Amino acid sequence: MAEFFAMGGYAVYIWPAYGIAAGVIIGLFVWSWRGLAKAERTEAALGRRQRRRVPKVERT
Amino acid sequence: MTASSPSSEQPGPGVRGSALHRFANPARFLRLARAIQPWLLAITLPCLVAGLYLGLVASPIDYQQKDTVRIMYVHVPAAWMAMFGYSTLAIASAIGLIWKHPLADLAGKAAAPIGAGFTVIALATGSLWGKPTWGTWWVWDARLTSVVVLLFLYLGYMALWNAFEQPQRAAKAAAVLALVGIVNLPIIKFSVDWWNTLHQPASISRIGTPAIDPAMLTPLLLMAVAYLGLFLLLLLLRMRVELAERRVTALQLSRSRAGEAR
Repeated sequence: MAEFFAMGGYAVYIWPAYGIAAGVIIGLFVWSWRGLAKAERTEAALGRRQRRRVPKVERT
Repeated sequence: MTASSPSSEQPGPGVRGSALHRFANPARFLRLARAIQPWLLAITLPCLVAGLYLGLVASPIDYQQKDTVRIMYVHVPAAWMAMFGYSTLAIASAIGLIWKHPLADLAGKAAAPIGAGFTVIALATGSLWGKPTWGTWWVWDARLTSVVVLLFLYLGYMALWNAFEQPQRAAKAAAVLALVGIVNLPIIKFSVDWWNTLHQPASISRIGTPAIDPAMLTPLLLMAVAYLGLFLLLLLLRMRVELAERRVTALQLSRSRAGEAR
């Protein structure tokens, strides 16, 4: 196991490379999920406060 | 067209048509996105797990590069996705410019941070690969420089979206930049052939006869599929974010209008 993590002496290059790749991709997901949740919360709050319904666009 | 429609008082058909355009398509898109997502996930996750296992554990070391060759499995697909992301951006921009399709503008806007993210991965992992194999973190050779230019094109595209009050104008300006920046893609691709670069040429240049052992090719291709799946999942997710934010803006606008009317 220790041998695996040592990566033949190149651990300092290999693990940061995998870490950065994972970090950036996970970061993009987390940022987007948060953005979606925030927008949907705001949308729900705005919709509730809005007494009058927004007239639907007519289909032509 | 009939003569009965009083065109002087009502909003013109163009306004109504564009509103329809804006609200009718996203519903269909969101349904499609929800339907595609589980399939994408079902393909991406197994490829990712298998690619990581084969890449980190089961694949052999390179006779020259030793274990550092394992960086290839996160580096090369990231560079591919950096270029794929820009192609997506450029195609979406062209569709947005030509057919004024709002969803296309949104797809471009959604693709930009993802493409920039993969470009950052490609640059950072490349640097970490360069140090043990070339003896330097960085060199301004044609390949590396053109990929830095790609990153700046992504950043410039995103900056233009934020530089305008009106989303239509922002979309137009950003799309023009995206289309001008296309010239960089062949430069990246062929930089290793046109110039004498420190960066090695492509290992997988001809289908069928790649200059790479199958034991290394398999994890590389698995990781490429996984990265593509992650890119598409992120793209669908970010388009949902952009649509939700657009709905919020529309609600706020109609609320403030209703307030004025009262």
